[in-house]
Amino acid sequence: MSAELKRTPLFATHQSLNGRLIEFGGWEMPVQYTSIMGEHQTVRSAAGLFDICHMGEVFISGAGARDFLNWLLTNDVNKLVVGQGQYTQMCQEDGGTVDDLYLYRLTDKEYLLIINASRIEADVAWMETQLAAFPQRHLITFENRSDKYGAIALQGPKAVEFINEVFPGGSHAGTHVHRLTDLHKNQIATFNLKGTGSLCWVARTGYTGEDGFEIVTTASNILEVWDALMEAGKAHGLKPAGLGARDTLRTEVCYPLYGHELDEKTSPIEAGLGFFVSFEKGPFIGHDSLLAQKTNGPQKRCVAFKMTDKCAPPRPGYTVWNGETQVGQVVSGTLSPSLSAGIGLAYVKPELAKKDTVIHIDIRGKKYAAQVVAKPIYRKAV
Amino acid sequence: MSNVPADLKYASSHEWVRVSGDTATVGITDHAQAELTDIVFVELPAVGRKLAASEACAVVESVKTASDIYSPVSGEITEVNQAIVDNPALVNQSSFEEGWFFKLKLANPGDLEKLLTPDAYKAQIGG
Repeated sequence: MSAELKRTPLFATHQSLNGRLIEFGGWEMPVQYTSIMGEHQTVRSAAGLFDICHMGEVFISGAGARDFLNWLLTNDVNKLVVGQGQYTQMCQEDGGTVDDLYLYRLTDKEYLLIINASRIEADVAWMETQLAAFPQRHLITFENRSDKYGAIALQGPKAVEFINEVFPGGSHAGTHVHRLTDLHKNQIATFNLKGTGSLCWVARTGYTGEDGFEIVTTASNILEVWDALMEAGKAHGLKPAGLGARDTLRTEVCYPLYGHELDEKTSPIEAGLGFFVSFEKGPFIGHDSLLAQKTNGPQKRCVAFKMTDKCAPPRPGYTVWNGETQVGQVVSGTLSPSLSAGIGLAYVKPELAKKDTVIHIDIRGKKYAAQVVAKPIYRKAV
Repeated sequence: MSNVPADLKYASSHEWVRVSGDTATVGITDHAQAELTDIVFVELPAVGRKLAASEACAVVESVKTASDIYSPVSGEITEVNQAIVDNPALVNQSSFEEGWFFKLKLANPGDLEKLLTPDAYKAQIGG
């Protein structure tokens, strides 16, 4: 295994923007450019641009693709029309999660999976193993194009003000629209980048809780897409945003991060993601285990919490207490820039998973009070 | 380039000391606050506590990390700066003035000799 970290097509850009580079999932990525708090606020009030090239892109196509994906994933692939995406999980027989991902139906028989950077190797190995045993495998083409493709996320309320001028004209493949901003949430289509005309998939999806778009294209197009968006967005307050802000943004809206809320020993039911598990669609890997958990109640439940005592922020790994008994563990935790309070997600015994329950978090040897709150922890004032 | 005032002494762990008589005021340097960026929480020692030089005595937390602060000199804490507990961002805004951490009564003026001069600290941080 190579000890050298991988770099995205935007590495030189991050350096020129003074990005503070850290290791993430085997990649050298910017955790922040100016400040995590500032970048977070910018995404919530204007717009932020994220390099997400480290994520993986897998293309699965053919007459057998839909049935294979329905077997492989928890959500109902039958619900997807052309040009539509869904959030879903890939599980083991015992219900443990291999990865959480987005599935897009690009054309009638072609699908795109966007998978976590830290799980590309594990996911591809898993999918290839399942495919090798799948009866219709001769009607399915599987291609891991993670090294050839890249992605950029544009997130924030002002994104709609300028993205149309960067991708002028109507869509080609996917959802049919005359203007990019006519895409509804979860819809995806191809558009030409202005100037060079480079073709890009653009989806109205994101990981921040704000309106936004994710642009997926070949690695060779990434730099020009980034530059075009930065140029058009500058006047609207667009700033580059790093992984630090990405984490505080997703934690505020309680989006899971694989390795924290989900892992091979944690199921979507335990994580509170039952909405994305379809038991009616037919058999899929993990169906019986997940149904048993849903019916009998899971052994642990993922709750959102907010610190009520004034204290240092909660962090992943800190223990959760009910009196003198340890009842769980924090899996995500930070200072919420929007709420100016410590927030997080924790796994606790099911009986403590009710809203308003008081729990204590051990922060560096002392216990501080927190309250279980409904998800999402942060919601935009309407 | 980080600001390194000429009238202070420095610890290699990025604390500064301002001496007035036998009172030392302690804080963290501009370089340290820039490394941490947004400071969101500060924990200060109690007044009356006796510290040894290099003893961990306070904590600053940014969004992503918690860092220990070490007393550059030995002595007894006489005052702590509640302003930075109430508004941790003050440390980022004014690390050498309003963002001071605590004052102590010097137990051993000889401790000051072991600290870095402004030039030596500048060299350490690559200034």
